[in-house]
Formats: sequence, C-alpha cells, structure tokens
Amino acid sequence: MTRKINSNNCETCPVHNAGNLKRLGIDMSSFDFVVALAGNPNTGKSTVFNNLTGLKQHTGNWPGKTVTRAEGGFEYSNSRFKLVDLPGTYSLLSTSTDEEVARDFILFGQPDVTVVVVDATRLERNLNLALQILEITDRVVICLNLMDEAERHQIKIDERMLSKDLGIPVIPTVARYNKGMNELLNSIYEVATGKYVCKPYRIKSSSKELNYAVEKLSKMLLEEFPNLPNVKWVALRLLEGDQSVIDSIKNGELGRIYSTDQNKSELEQAV
Amino acid sequence: MNRDRKNSESILSTANNLRWEIGENFHDTLMESIYSNASSISKRSVSLPAEKETVSWEKTLDKILTSRYTGFPIMFLILAVVFWLTIEGANVPSGLIASFLLDTVYPLLKSFSAGIGLPFWLDGVLIDGAYLAMAWVISVMLPPMMIFFPIFTLLEDFGYLPRVSFNMDSIYKKVGAHGKQSLTMAMGFGCNAAGVIATRVIDSPRERLIAIITNNFSLCNGRWPTQILIATIFIGAAVPAYVAGIVSAAAVVLIAVLGVVFSLLVSWGLSKSVLKGEASAFSLELPPYRPPRILQTLYTSLIDRTIFVLWRAIVFAVPAGIVIWLVANVTIDGESLANIYINWVNPFAFILGMNGVIFLAYIIAIPANEIVIPTILMLTVANLGLAGVGAGNGVIFELDSISGTANILIAGGWTLLTGINLMLFSLLHNPCSTTIYTIYKETKSMKWTLVSTFLPIVMGLIVAFFVTQIWRLIASN
Repeated sequence: MTRKINSNNCETCPVHNAGNLKRLGIDMSSFDFVVALAGNPNTGKSTVFNNLTGLKQHTGNWPGKTVTRAEGGFEYSNSRFKLVDLPGTYSLLSTSTDEEVARDFILFGQPDVTVVVVDATRLERNLNLALQILEITDRVVICLNLMDEAERHQIKIDERMLSKDLGIPVIPTVARYNKGMNELLNSIYEVATGKYVCKPYRIKSSSKELNYAVEKLSKMLLEEFPNLPNVKWVALRLLEGDQSVIDSIKNGELGRIYSTDQNKSELEQAV
Repeated sequence: MNRDRKNSESILSTANNLRWEIGENFHDTLMESIYSNASSISKRSVSLPAEKETVSWEKTLDKILTSRYTGFPIMFLILAVVFWLTIEGANVPSGLIASFLLDTVYPLLKSFSAGIGLPFWLDGVLIDGAYLAMAWVISVMLPPMMIFFPIFTLLEDFGYLPRVSFNMDSIYKKVGAHGKQSLTMAMGFGCNAAGVIATRVIDSPRERLIAIITNNFSLCNGRWPTQILIATIFIGAAVPAYVAGIVSAAAVVLIAVLGVVFSLLVSWGLSKSVLKGEASAFSLELPPYRPPRILQTLYTSLIDRTIFVLWRAIVFAVPAGIVIWLVANVTIDGESLANIYINWVNPFAFILGMNGVIFLAYIIAIPANEIVIPTILMLTVANLGLAGVGAGNGVIFELDSISGTANILIAGGWTLLTGINLMLFSLLHNPCSTTIYTIYKETKSMKWTLVSTFLPIVMGLIVAFFVTQIWRLIASN
C-alpha cells in the first residue's frame, strides 16, 4: 500500500473539520437519513456498525453472525442517521430468509445510502453482491474493508480506478482499528445530501434474449411506475418469478413507495 | 384503480411469457454476466503480488485443523484445555467472592433487617431467599464465566469455530441435515435462542426445522457453569486430586460431545422419518485467521456474555428465590408444598438416579438454565430441614465456596451417579422459556415447538434411566 489510510488528517481537510461524529447508540429519534449496511458475510459489517453507532453488537470471525437487522443511530455534520446492519449475503438472488431480509430492505425500505462493505482481499467475489445492489439503488458507497489484510497479502487496490468504474465513492478502511471511518462518514454524508451524485455501473449482459426481455418489461414497468429508479432490476426479478416483487406490483406497493408527492395525490384521488 | 390493476396484470403475464422465451438457463446466464462484469472491473483496479504465494502459515494451519486425522483430536484437546483452565482457575476467586458476600454482607443485611424490624417472612423472602440466591449465583458462576467466555471468544475471533464447523459439515450432510447446521450448532454453544435464530441461514424449510429442533443439544452459556461445577464436585472428587482438574474437564468435554452426537442422531432420525429429504449442497467459506484483539475481546465477552448471563441469572434467581421460599414455607397439614412434591416424585426420580429436588428445580428454572444449581441448593437445604441463620426453610447457609456447595449436595444424599445424571439431564431437557418462545416465533408452529420442547426431556429421562440401571447393575456385582 502506497497510501496511508488514516494519516493524521490535516486540520484544513473538510473531513477533519466536519468529523464530529456523535454516536447515538439505539437512540434513533427523528433521523434525517437511513443508511443500510450490506456486504458479504465476514467482511466486518458489524464492526463498522459498532464503530459508527457506538453500540456493541457482538462481532465474530464467523460468517452468518448477523441474520436479522440490527439498527442504531449516529449524528454527523448536524444530520441524524439511522444505520441498519443487514445480514451478510453472497448475493440477492436466492430464497433464504437472510437474503430476503437484505433484499427487501434495500428495495422496500428505500435507504438514503447503502454502504456495501467489501473484503479487499476478495474483491472480485465481493463485487458480485455490490453489482447486484447497484442494480437496485443508485446511492451506494463502497467500504473497502480489511485493507490491512490486503496489505499483508501484498494485494494492491487502486480505489480511485474502482470508484471511477463503479461510479460511486470507494473508501479504503480497516474497521477493526477504526481507520478510514471519518472518510466513510463523509462519503455517506455527501451521497445522502446529494453533494456526490452517483453514476452507478450497470450489469451488461451478452445474452440477446435476456436483454430483449428486460427491455420490453422495463418499458411496460416505466409506463406503470414512472418513478421507478431500478426498473431493470425489477424486470429481472419478475423474470425470475420473485414472489415479493410480484406481490408488490399486484397490490401497487411498488408504485406507492417510489411515487413522488404529486403522484401520491393522484393515487389518492384514484383510490 | 381498475386501469391500474389491468396494467399490473399485463406486466405480470408478459413477464410469464418472456420467462418461457428466455428459457431455463436464464438464471445461469444472469449469474455469468454478473461474474464476468465483476471480474473485469476488479482486474482493472487490483494488482496481486508478482510471485506465486509461497505456502503460508494459514494454509498449513488449516490443513492441520481440518485434517481428517488431526482435526477432531485437536478439537477435543482445545476444548479440554479451555475447561481445565476454567476449572482450575475458578476456585480461588470463587472462595473470595463468596466469603465477602456471605460472611461480610449477609450478617450486615440480617442485622439491618432486625434493626428496622422487618417481619420474619419478608426477611426470609428478601434476604434468605432472594439475596442468598443472588450471592450464590455471583460467587459460584462469575469466576468460571470470567475465564471461560473470554477464552471462547478469543477462539471465535481467531477463526477457529468455522474450522470446527468445517470438520462437522460432512457428518451433518451424511445424516440428511444441512451442512450449515454445524454453524448454527456452534452458535447454540453460546445461546440456544441465538442458535435458533441463526438457522435462518438455512434456506430449505425441512433442514431448517431439523436445525431448530436439535439446537438445544448444544450446551448453552446457562448450562456450561452447571456442567463445570457438577463435574468439579463429583467427578473431580472421585479421582486422585492431582488429576481432578483434567478429569473434570474431560467430563465436560464428553458431555458437550455427547450433545453433538445426540444432535446428529436426532437429525438423522428426523430426516429419515417425519422430515424426509435429501441434504442440499452449500459452500462454507473459511474466514481468514485474524489476530484476536485481546483487550476488546475481554471487554465484549465480559459485557456480552458474562454480565448478560449473570444478569439473567440474578434477574431470574430473585423471583425463583421467592418461589422457593414460598414452596418451602407454605404448608398443607404441616408438610411444605416442596416436600409434598419431592416425596411424591422421589420414587420415580430414584429409578432415574436423581431425586425429587432436581425435578422440582427444573420446573422452577424453566425461565433460565442459569438458576438450576442455586434452586437445587436451596431446595435441598429446605428439604433437609437445615435451618439457616435466624430464619426458617428455604435458606442456603454455610456456603462459602464450591466445597460448601459440595457439602450441601452430599448431605442431600447426592452421589457420583446423581452428579452424572444431572449433567446428562442438564444436556437433555427442555430449552429455556426464551428459546421455546423463539422456536415458536421462528417456526410459527405449535406442533414443532412442542416437539422441540418435549423430545429432549423424553430423551433425557431415557438416558438417565439406562445409565442408572446399568450403574446399579455393575455396582451391585
């Protein structure tokens, strides 16, 4: 590693000055933003969670430690954030309960920012999940964790290149030793407030049939739900026969959660 | 609204048609494109070390820890060392705490209550019931927990437990259960309620149910102290003093291993009968070894486990202490409720090599396994009619340490056989009420909740019966 992660930040750095993290623990009253914490199992999500909230959720070197959602709060730059620790999953495409919890929260819970904690020593495998999440939501920050282990294994990661390719902030961290947390907070803040506009990478498929089917469905979905930000992903889920997505279309929930205020009043009139 | 519904339906039917067109391997195609996208992105930003990695110590260690030949022996050895450290190390602090709480604080409380003129029954309930129960829990359970839990947490943080699961995985598959059950089983060694929730990682409902029902066979935090204590008192006392620690530690390991064996047997039985089916495949990722952070581990294991278990024990010990005082002091025709029940159950309990006190204790202790031993002690004292300082039945007295505990139990007619059976029954009995409630919440089925609750009790009774009969057969010859 050529760049030190937590060099003593210069006093002039905005990260340093704004770095007034206030851990709120389980006090989550009147928060301004919801942040979801996703990632593969055993990448240190719970450690990041504890660092930011000051809570002491038990962490372990252990895949599958978190199977339910844990929630906590923190305050940063005068904004209150609610942080939701999702179960660690390898993908969002299967049917086990832990994956459903994660998927449904990102889709229906509409977090303002989703932080994907990835293992720097296993970037390629971890990106599979990150790419799937980028299909659902634009506002993602990658927390490139376990940089110390990557360093030990002489793995070098150009986080700027990665950030450019994915179109989202990528922050190298060592959560176990609290390194990079300020930078992470700052990115969360910037994405939440819209200072940083994500231009997320979308999965490209070489299958013509698949592309055609997705395109056709996307068009129909957009006619029905004009504000759907993740239309391609919803189309894919429909092709897969995902029951919770099918239900949300049937009962109109999908339209409701992504409708603007204007649409909401129209919907109310229609009802 | 009508228009909306029509559109929704046309979207869904189009999706159905398209699903047929794109064919069955659509899921694979999608996964492939995700993988290839991920691969090309990571190639652009990751540079791996130039030369091929030489054999790292991690790989060597993994080979040893998960080897077919050395994996299990090392596992037993590590467990035995952990328990040995716990048993050997707990004696001294246990005596110190007990002498403070019982010899210093207890008389102070008694004289204070006499000074303000508390009625005898309130003095009995609060000080002889609730306070003594609490003092016992703290002095006998705190020291072993303060040694055991940090070591266990260090092993977990280092990454050893997933290796244990890796060793177990193929066995679980052989009995028709999900390999991930080895993970949820290991979680159960901490807390069964947590273990039951952890079964959510298993996606097949059949295998998940098996994992839920058998989770109770993992000794939990609340039961480790019972096992360690009884092993110290009875098994340690049955062998020469210089091997007492090692032999008691081995006995606890044996019980834990027996629990795993029972979980395999029951899994096998269920998957061959009511929950028939094939085991599904999965991949278990061995996490990298991480140097444990000693201080943080000490802190979290103290907060998460030691204080948590102790707090639960105290919270439940107080009402239990009151219940015990009441059943020992409320009488019908001059006979206390506790005695009536104990005398009624005793003949049956004798066949099982236990006594009525144990069975009453297990009823009172349903809310928390942590208070089984204190309850047994108080009931034994009450049942023997040993009068405590200044009060009536339901009082623990002259209890200064582990040896004090031993004296009471031996006075209550306990033998090595009773100790062994209690250890077995502590492994094989109903889950605590929190776990039962969790099982109900997770399965949403009264039937499976009842099965999970009563199956272990029945097994415990059967095992105790055979152990006792064989023991007596051998002893009489």
